[in-house]
Parts: sequence; C-alpha cells; structure tokens
Amino acid sequence: MATFLIRRFAAMVFAVALISVLSFVLIELPPGSALDSKIAQLRQSGGEISAEQIRALEDRYGLNDPIHVKYTKWISRAVTGDFGQSFTMDQPVSTLIWTRLGFSIGLSLFALVISWGISIPVGVYSATHRYTLPDYVIQVLQFLGVAIPQFLFALVLLIFSATVLGQEVGTLFSREYQNEPMSLAKMVDFAKHIWIPIVVLIAGGTASLTRIMRANLLDVLGQQYVQTARAKGLHERRVIWRHAVRNALHPLVMALGTTLPTLISGEVVISIVLNLPTTGPLYIRALIQKDMYLGVTFLLMLSILLIVGNLLADLLLAWVDPRVRLDES
Amino acid sequence: MTSTVHSTTQGPSSGRVNPEDHSDANEEARSAEISQWGLIWRRFSRNRLSVWALRTLVLMYGLAVFAPFLAPYGADRIDTNHSYAEPTQIVFLDGQLAVCALEQSLDPFLLKYRYVDDCSRARPIEFLPKGDPYWLFGLFKLEVHLFGITPGEALKGGAVPVTPVATPTAAPADPLASFRVQQPDSVAPKLDTIKNPPKIYLLGADQQGRDVLSRMLVGSQVSLTVGLVGVFLSLTIGSVMGATSGYVGGTWDNVIQRTIEIIRSVPTLPLWAAIAAALPRTTTIVQRYFLITLVLSLVGWTGLARELRGKVMAYRSLDYIAAARLAGSSDLRIILAHMLPNAASHIIVVATLAVPYSILGETTLSFLGLGMLPPAVSWGVLLKDAQQLDSVLIHPWMLIPALPVVLTVACYFLLGDGLRDAVDPYSS
Repeated sequence: MATFLIRRFAAMVFAVALISVLSFVLIELPPGSALDSKIAQLRQSGGEISAEQIRALEDRYGLNDPIHVKYTKWISRAVTGDFGQSFTMDQPVSTLIWTRLGFSIGLSLFALVISWGISIPVGVYSATHRYTLPDYVIQVLQFLGVAIPQFLFALVLLIFSATVLGQEVGTLFSREYQNEPMSLAKMVDFAKHIWIPIVVLIAGGTASLTRIMRANLLDVLGQQYVQTARAKGLHERRVIWRHAVRNALHPLVMALGTTLPTLISGEVVISIVLNLPTTGPLYIRALIQKDMYLGVTFLLMLSILLIVGNLLADLLLAWVDPRVRLDES
Repeated sequence: MTSTVHSTTQGPSSGRVNPEDHSDANEEARSAEISQWGLIWRRFSRNRLSVWALRTLVLMYGLAVFAPFLAPYGADRIDTNHSYAEPTQIVFLDGQLAVCALEQSLDPFLLKYRYVDDCSRARPIEFLPKGDPYWLFGLFKLEVHLFGITPGEALKGGAVPVTPVATPTAAPADPLASFRVQQPDSVAPKLDTIKNPPKIYLLGADQQGRDVLSRMLVGSQVSLTVGLVGVFLSLTIGSVMGATSGYVGGTWDNVIQRTIEIIRSVPTLPLWAAIAAALPRTTTIVQRYFLITLVLSLVGWTGLARELRGKVMAYRSLDYIAAARLAGSSDLRIILAHMLPNAASHIIVVATLAVPYSILGETTLSFLGLGMLPPAVSWGVLLKDAQQLDSVLIHPWMLIPALPVVLTVACYFLLGDGLRDAVDPYSS
C-alpha cells in the first residue's frame, strides 16, 4: 500500500510538471498577449514611472527571454503560490482562482454524489425490469441525457426558469440579496438559482452512469453464483442487492476516471451559459483575450483536480474490491 | 430467405427450456454460409432502433450534400429589413400556397422590430425558381433552388392561413416585461414602416435577416462532417499508436501509454479550448475546418489507441499469428493483414461511438466562440447567436439549430450501440 502510494504520488508530480510545461507552451504559443497590450498601454502613457513599470514587467515575466526561461520564471514562483498577474482583470491570478475553483469543485462533487445516488437504484431497476416499459423510458432518457449538449440544456432550463417560474436568471443571487449577509432567505434565493447548473450536471452524469450500472448488473445477473443464490432460496431482493449489485459496482468506480473529466468540462460550459462565478467564464475569457497566466493556471488546476480525482478513484476501487492488488498495478 | 423471428425478450433469469432453440440451431447451420460481415449485418438489422438511426443519418447526410439546393436562400444572404423576422406564415391564395409580405416597423420601447402581414402583396411559393447562386459539390455553379419566392405581380384574393397563425406580438410575447420600464402606449411615436417584398423564412430569420433554415442546412455540411473527419484522423493516429504499442511493446509501449495518460489527465473541453485558442484566427474557412478536426482528434486518438493496443496484445499470443510469423511474414504484414482486419469490427464500433463526441465538441467550441468562426456556418456558430438569453426569449426560433444536433448525436449513439451488439457474436 505504502509503496503504491509513493509510486502513484511520484507519477502524479511528474504528470503535473509535464502538464504545466505543455499548457504553458500551448498558451504562450499564439502571438500577442494581454501583457503585450498592457505594456503598449504603459508605453503610450509615457513618463518615468511607466518606463520603470515596463522594465519591471519585462524582468518579472522574462518578456525578451526564450520560452524555457519564461517558464522557469513562472513555475519557480508558481510553486510558492504566486501564479502571476491577470492583465485584463488587474489582479493577481491567485486571488481570482481559489474561490472560483472551490465553487467548481463543490458543484462537480455535489453533482457526482447525486448522480451516483440516482443512477445506482435506477440502473438496478432498469436491469431487473429489462424490456419493460419503464426500462425503455429510462433508456430513452439516457440517450437524451447524453445527446443533448449541456450548454443547450442549461439554456432551455434558463428559459423555463425565466418564463414559467418568473425567476431572475443569470446570476447566483437575486438583486436584493446580492450584497446582503448570509441568511436563511438568502440561502433559499441561492437554491432557486443553483438548481439549474446542478440539474444539468446531474443529467449528464446520471445518464452515462445508469447505462454502465445497467449493463454491469445484466452481466452479473447472468453469472452462476447468482443462480446459486437463487437456488438456495434467498429472497430476490437479497440476491440482487447483496450478491449481484455489490459486484456490479466496481466498473462504476472505475468509470470515475471518465465521469470526472465530463463533470469538469460540463461545469466549464454550463457556467458560461449561466454566467456563474466559477472557473468556466473566466477561463474561456482568459483564452480569448490571451490573458496567459490566468489561462495556464486554470488549465493546470483543472488537470490537478482530475489527477487527484483519479487517484482517489483507484484507492476507492481497491477498497471496494479486495481482488484489486494496488502494489502490482 | 425465410426469416426466423428471433425474440430477444426473454429475461436473463428464465431457466425454462427455450422453445426457440431449434430455430437458433437452424440459424447456426445457415450462418456457416455467410461471411462475418454478413452475420454482423444480420444481427444489426434485428435492432430496429439502430436501423432507423442509420436511415436517419443517411437522410441527413443526403440533405447536407444538396443543402444549398434545398435552402431557399444563400446562407449569407443578409436582409436587415427582415431582422429577426418570425417564421413565415404560409397561406392558401388563388389556389396555390403563398406567403404574404411583411411590413417592418421598430417598436421603440422593446427595441425590436414588429412585423405585420400584408397579404395584399402576397406571392406564390414557386418550385425550382432561380435564386442566390451556389456551388453544388464544388463543381457546378447553379442558381436553381428547390423552392422560393420570386418578385412579381401580387396575388389577388382572400388569404386562408395554412400554418397556425402566429400569436399577436402584444401580450405574452415579452417575457422580460417585468424588467422593463412600463410606458403608456399613447406616448409611442409613429414610425415609418418599411414595405418589404415577400420572403419565405420557414424557421424565421436571424438578427441580420438571414434565413435560419438555409443556414441550418448549409451548416450541416460542416457539423456533420467535422466529426467524421476528426474521427478518421483519430483512427489513423490511434491505429498507428495502438498497434505499435501493443505489438512492439517495451519502451515504445511505455512512452505511448504515458503520453496517453498525460493527455487524458487534462480535462477534455478546457484542453480543446486552449488548443483552439492557440490557433491563428486569420485562416480561411477550409483551413480552420481542418485545424478544428485536428484539435478534436489530438485528444480523440487516445481512446482508440488503448482499445487497439488491448486487442493487438491479445492477438499476439494466438496461434495464427505465430503461424504467420513462421511463414515468414514481416511485422508490418502481420499487423496490417492479420491483426487490423481482425480488430476492424471493434474499431468501427469505437469510431462510431466517437463521432457524436466530436460533433458535440465542434458545436460546443463554436458556441463558445473558439471553434468555427463566422462567416463559416455550422450548427455551433448558429447557436452562438442564441447565447443571449434576452434574445432567445424574444426570438425562440434561434434555438431551432439545436434540434439537428440532438438528433444526429442520438442517432450516432443508437447506431454505435446496435453495431456493438452486432459485432459481438456472444451477445444475446
């Protein structure tokens, strides 16, 4: 176990380092950046202070240096928590990202938990009632859940919320609560706004997880030990939940590796449509406006999130399934 | 061929003697005479939903090929006098289908155009009229469209509506009314109205008065093919990488597998967005198209490579590969002539299931303003115009291009599902 953890941790650090290089190069690649326009702006205003500021910026970010020097300058400060400056927002990157990342993580995790909570019983029902009307309905819903682009679903819910429910949309809080301290009424108001992204995220996650659950359980139900359990005269419910479902859960845990990136990607898109204060809108804006340090940091952080998530999934799998030998993987 | 009705509705738990066992045996006997692909096709065609999905897709690609002919207008035909015109109402007039002219006036408070039907200047819907010129297959320059409206003498007589009459724009059409300052009607200044010639907008017009139907049809050319080309690229990269990884093994395997792991530990959409943002913005539409497919396949090949690696590794220890090696086949020949054909059915399944993700990828990227860029037309580009909630609430037809996206993606998933069940000979 310990050797596994150490090896996995080393691999993680290596992967993160490599991803940081790749994303830095990727985002540094296109010509022109927000920093360039910032310097051009300073140059235009002229004066002693501006010239000094330009020199400081050039020195800090290694503007005239080759790319590996730029990277070294950035990463050596990044490991201490200083990710540079956002030039379009005029704020340090670190003050911009943490709350947003926290919100993204919270939203994704919440959606993940709910998706599991829904998809396991629904998948079990669907598999045990194969080729019945409810099973067909569930399958059609699954296809829709996967086939509808998430931004579209968010947009449709937004329209529904604005027209049918008459809610103010596009923010997290209604105008009257925007600057209020936290209170019960504010929480209710928050819930009225947050349900759209949560429903959209859950819909996507649940659709694929239910599918996996159904297919796994169908496989397991065909195995002989299930027949044995039935032959022993066990109650059908006990056969399903204690014997079959337990063994059908493993692929669901393994599917975390694909569920997590879907949730993270989905969260990015949805927050742009809904204008949520999460990573999505800021990240895409940073990319379009070439605000490179903001973009790189977001990309890196989202990757770290995914890598850590995958490690946790592996550990969870080993915990659920004793046959998985961590040391040999 | 006398087809045996094969019931798939037996529950997995039914331990009773299967009354249809003999028909299965018959099928086995006949299956000796058909090729593997024939068998796959036969199993596939039993799945009616998948067959319908395949038919729908064939139809959609057919529509895409003839899109500029089917579209009544050119995708870039701007007409600001029809900005955000509602879906045109079709009327029955003088014994033929016709459309009325629209009078445009600006609503000063809602800041939107109002359109009033003027059926005294109606024109019939003509078939095969001459309209905006276009290139068919990039070879023939044509002007003829399937249907359209041409200028000319107005039709006489009372108009009988064929399509449901649009609700009056007054009361319920403004869902944002509560956010606006209420103004008494009497203050409204009289504005000049523009008398437009009749035009046909079956699915309404966008802000610049371009026909949404025409744009949707022409946009399907990009949206439907970008997934295919992207997956074809992924397939090429994935096959080479996967086969190398599985066959050569050792260091190469290690390097390729670690590369795949690294690519997969970056969330897909943010990675696509970052690569797409790094692309030069001043390219032609065709260049941009291929760059976007490249972006999609740079991530997409990893799944395929993994799948193929597993297959190749499994085949490597089989006797027929050993026989081929003993017979003196080169490694390349073993991979190309013996392993890939064997894995072909699985590759096709994985590829089919990868296409919808590519299509969704392009649509989402274009929606975010990072994929195809105007003046290119794709479903994602059209949906980008629907990004503003205020606008969609007032002009709901701007969301119509979402329907073909959902339909296409669902059809590909159904098709892939059916294929997957069909290629696995042991599936029930």
